[in-house]
Amino acid sequence: MNIWEFANPARFTRLVSRVLPWVAGAAALCLAVGLIWGFFFTPDDFRQGSTVKIIYIHVPAAFVAINAWLMMFVMSLIWLIRRHHVSALAARAAAPVGAVMTLVALLTGAIWGQPMWGTWWEWDPRLTSFLILFVFYLGYIALWQAVDEPDTAADLTAILCLVGSVFALLSRYAVLIWNQGLHQGASLSLDREENVADVFYQPLLFALAGFVLLFVALVLLRTRTEIRARRLRALMLREAV
Amino acid sequence: MLGEYAPFVLAAYGVTIALVGGLVALSVWRGARVRAALEKVERKDG
Repeated sequence: MNIWEFANPARFTRLVSRVLPWVAGAAALCLAVGLIWGFFFTPDDFRQGSTVKIIYIHVPAAFVAINAWLMMFVMSLIWLIRRHHVSALAARAAAPVGAVMTLVALLTGAIWGQPMWGTWWEWDPRLTSFLILFVFYLGYIALWQAVDEPDTAADLTAILCLVGSVFALLSRYAVLIWNQGLHQGASLSLDREENVADVFYQPLLFALAGFVLLFVALVLLRTRTEIRARRLRALMLREAV
Repeated sequence: MLGEYAPFVLAAYGVTIALVGGLVALSVWRGARVRAALEKVERKDG
């Protein structure tokens, strides 16, 4: 099977109808396990107290926020190089999901920061680059809305996405690049020594899988909607002529 | 169970449930609305 076959909107829509219930079900299961386990069945941290429970939403939301933009980056490149409409629509579909995840990461971080750092906000490299990423998400969504001609909108938003990718990467590596500010390093790492303690790590992995699967489910659903909306516009234009 | 930090923890979960739940509901609602409109136009076109 050739992956480019799914660039055909009809084939992509059929694929989504088949896999979406399974992806959504897996997302619900992983979220339920991760969040219930983390919220009710893990101890408080000796320094952070019960605020450590915010990690199960903050870390996965931040992870999805950055990687959603990287997914949009890949989809934008495919659009610019191969002109597959499904890829442009997938990038468009992912943007509101990424924006909401960025907002969740910013808000839960602020709520955690108040009791732990003594402030809701600090112009720290990680926080600031995340705020800029959020503004890029809003700009990307607004640009799609502002341009009437769909292919021109796809071209312009793809360019914006390529530029914004710098901030997505900066958000990910800000702590390492500047090595200053309040925000700590990664809670999850391939290096076991850098991870949070096992008692928090295991439910966090479930929550992370749940957020990623939820992102995939929402992007599939919203891309199918964008494909149908595009066909609807084309049919209505044909009727109007 | 949550001690002195209960308002912060509950606020974080509340904000997340409201935002993510709203996004899911909006996505499903718009999907159903666009699908119904497309089916209507396609039926009319035969």
